[in-house]
Amino acid sequence: MRRPALALLVGLAATLPGLPTQAQSGGKLLLTGGVSSIDGAAGGGLTPWALTGSYATAGEIGATAFATRVRTGDYGLAVYGAAVSAWDRVELSVARQDLDTGHSLAPLGLAGLHLKQDILGAKVRIAGDAVLDSDSLMPQIAIGLEHKKTHAGDLGPTLYGPLGAKDSGTDVYLSATKLLLAPGLLVNLTLRSTRANQNGLLGFGGAQGRGARLEPELSLAKLLRRDLAVGVEFRAKPDNLNRSVLGTGALKEDDWKDLFVAWAPSKHVSLTAAWVDLGRIAPAAQPRRQSGGYLSLQFAI
Amino acid sequence: MPRVAILACLLLAIAAAAAQTPPADDGLYLAWGGKAGIRAVMDDFVPRLATDPRTAPFFKGADLEHLSAQLTEQLCQQAGGPCVYSGKSMKVVHEDLGIHRRDFNALVEILQQSMDAKGIPFGAQNGMLARLAPMHRDIEDR
Repeated sequence: MRRPALALLVGLAATLPGLPTQAQSGGKLLLTGGVSSIDGAAGGGLTPWALTGSYATAGEIGATAFATRVRTGDYGLAVYGAAVSAWDRVELSVARQDLDTGHSLAPLGLAGLHLKQDILGAKVRIAGDAVLDSDSLMPQIAIGLEHKKTHAGDLGPTLYGPLGAKDSGTDVYLSATKLLLAPGLLVNLTLRSTRANQNGLLGFGGAQGRGARLEPELSLAKLLRRDLAVGVEFRAKPDNLNRSVLGTGALKEDDWKDLFVAWAPSKHVSLTAAWVDLGRIAPAAQPRRQSGGYLSLQFAI
Repeated sequence: MPRVAILACLLLAIAAAAAQTPPADDGLYLAWGGKAGIRAVMDDFVPRLATDPRTAPFFKGADLEHLSAQLTEQLCQQAGGPCVYSGKSMKVVHEDLGIHRRDFNALVEILQQSMDAKGIPFGAQNGMLARLAPMHRDIEDR
């Protein structure tokens, strides 16, 4: 799935005349395209926002590419991806996630297992302007979807067998983003309909619960300077595998949180550093809460 | 769902607390150093508008001295100062100029350069931008 998706994006970018000149002058204000979330869509770090990515505003087309590393006590996550945005209206994104479980799953005979996931995203701004309508509380609103395909490796037979998860799923979300311009405060609320277990890295749904749940995701960011923002995020998640055949609580999952700082020295590059708390991940095998560092680099044209 | 409700309430509370209704006081005017402070920024801003390749085409043949005076009046009034903008409406002035969002944002960025150059604090910069930004509706071509 991933290669056709990348080819589509590259092809789309290549066939658009005038892209280099338009993109270089990207007409959005600094940082108002957000950064790349771990799922590829423009947003904060853990959650998509209603902003479209890159600096392409009305009449322009832009693109971003990113790489993100998360290192918690026992797990490492590597993500890379890209997005194309057009007219400050639509955004298409791709991302690949690779979770290195280290020695955590050794008790299951799965030491060194990598759980991978490919994500195709699409987002459309349907109303509002997050930045310039500063005399109104009306936020910018976007709807989006993230189609995810899990590659669970040797965990697959267990995950898709007795645990009852599927290997793909589609999240649908509604995001509302408002930059309160005078105080320099950005607020985002995303409501996501999802069946994903650990964002999809452990598949979708389970034998005990397959239905989609509506989960809120909240971001608050304060602009310290035009090129520097600090903030917090919270992302609620389903808990479909909590009561699995492995025993209650064995695969309990927790909500995610982070504290971040994002710096954009120019419209072509941004660096985001964060402290993340991903809660417990497969506590039967690894009971410790997983918190640690997050670093993300994004290039934009 | 209760979590959704709690978060929605939190969000509304934050939004309400930070609502950008123009205060009736002259705090912003004072933060800009009064009319002289605003004029100093405008005298820096207008020549930049006339020379920056992104905005220069819109200011060909404009009376820059007059423009600086008009903008000073306008920002003074917007900031809660003792001024009354006497120029034409934003809609009339910008009609048929073909100004798009990228042009409007270029102007914002040039204003940011001038505010930096004249030492306007970041909070006071954003305070003024919040008063001016909604004018995009009258300035931009639709």
